[in-house]
Amino acid sequence: MIAIIDYGVGNLFSLQSSFAAIGQEAVVTSDPEIIAKADRLILPGVGAFEDAAKKLRDSGMADVIKCEAAAGKPLMGICLGMQLLLEKSYEYGEHEGLGLISGNVRPIADVIDKDLKIPHIGWNRLIVKRQSPLFKYLSDGDCVYFVHSYYAADCDKAVTAVAEYSAELTASVERDNVYGCQFHPEKSGGVGLKILKAFCEI
Amino acid sequence: MITKRIIPCLDVKNGRVVKGVNFEGLNDVASPVELAQYYSSCGADELVFYDITASAEGRALFTDILTETARRVFIPLTVGGGINTVEDFDRVLKCGADKVSVNSGAIRNPELIYQAAKRYGDQCVVISADVKREDGEFRVYAKGGRENTGMEAISWIRACVDNGAGEVVLNSIDTDGVKGGFDLEMLEAVSNAVSVPVIASGGAGKIEDFITLFKTLPKVDAGLAASIFHFGEVKISDLKAAMTKAGIPTRV
Repeated sequence: MIAIIDYGVGNLFSLQSSFAAIGQEAVVTSDPEIIAKADRLILPGVGAFEDAAKKLRDSGMADVIKCEAAAGKPLMGICLGMQLLLEKSYEYGEHEGLGLISGNVRPIADVIDKDLKIPHIGWNRLIVKRQSPLFKYLSDGDCVYFVHSYYAADCDKAVTAVAEYSAELTASVERDNVYGCQFHPEKSGGVGLKILKAFCEI
Repeated sequence: MITKRIIPCLDVKNGRVVKGVNFEGLNDVASPVELAQYYSSCGADELVFYDITASAEGRALFTDILTETARRVFIPLTVGGGINTVEDFDRVLKCGADKVSVNSGAIRNPELIYQAAKRYGDQCVVISADVKREDGEFRVYAKGGRENTGMEAISWIRACVDNGAGEVVLNSIDTDGVKGGFDLEMLEAVSNAVSVPVIASGGAGKIEDFITLFKTLPKVDAGLAASIFHFGEVKISDLKAAMTKAGIPTRV
């Protein structure tokens, strides 16, 4: 069973449906007992970093997630959920993340050409930098769906894939049993479902 | 490189797709859920569901259909039609919509875009504008293109973006239904005026119209159409193959 962690951020209907579509039971929950029983965890998230990080801490989910991740349970952060795995965010100030993967969240505007649009929205190609178990069903040129104005910087060796948007923007990160996708696998058609399937097989 | 998006638009009335269609392998051509699945499998990058129902029953049916579609189709869904309040945003987002498009609702209530963007984020709010030439100027029309608001279109669209609209759907009334190609002049004026994605709508009749659009106006991000996809005049798979061949960044 997969636990999709509910800490009051965003709509989790599509995410839950996409697991159902690949025959996996996924529960939206904030119950530490259910999270402890789950085989895998998903940390979703949309919106602003500061607000989400605060909700994670206030709900007690931050400690639960850190504890489960330290015990080796596969954990995947999606979009803002991925950014929350990092150490710090510079979105409207300076805010602390979970620190499970080294790196910082910075504005896309810092690195892309001035005439490009922000957010980075739409389908972009995944450029694999390092093999990941998440990519085992993917083919060259596969596209995934992005919507974001901030990106994961300074992740160094944790980066497994990037997307080209005049600069290389981190698309996915990984450290041991902790995974993160900047894109939305639940909105990335068949390719996204393959990534979720691969996560369920880790 | 971000790819150019191809977006079929489904008009839904009383739970059925309006403008009957005929596709091989599709049992119920008027079922929005089946049609959405079909388009998704053909390579559509996104879907727009437009609710043209007026009754409360029809509206309830629409949200049921939206839920069922979001359960089975895993590409971005935009919902429009009858969006007048922040509560309307809430209603469709809960059913699995990713973006909500406002048209007459934003004309009636100029605060709507700001309020919705503040609550759900800019990326969630799409301004859909019906625009027509009037004495050499672009004018905004309301109520499905039936009512001239008298407002100048470019400045109005820019104001919507300033208020938080994260995307613009520009529907040219002048080219809509003519099938002679997109309204390049109008699209150029709008895409030069805003820094958010612009989606071209109205006028596509054949594959070449999309190629011309993306080649002539690299700033335009997506092409939207309805009947030419529904009637099979343009197959999305053929369109995407042609775009790839023409060197346009395309998701295949």
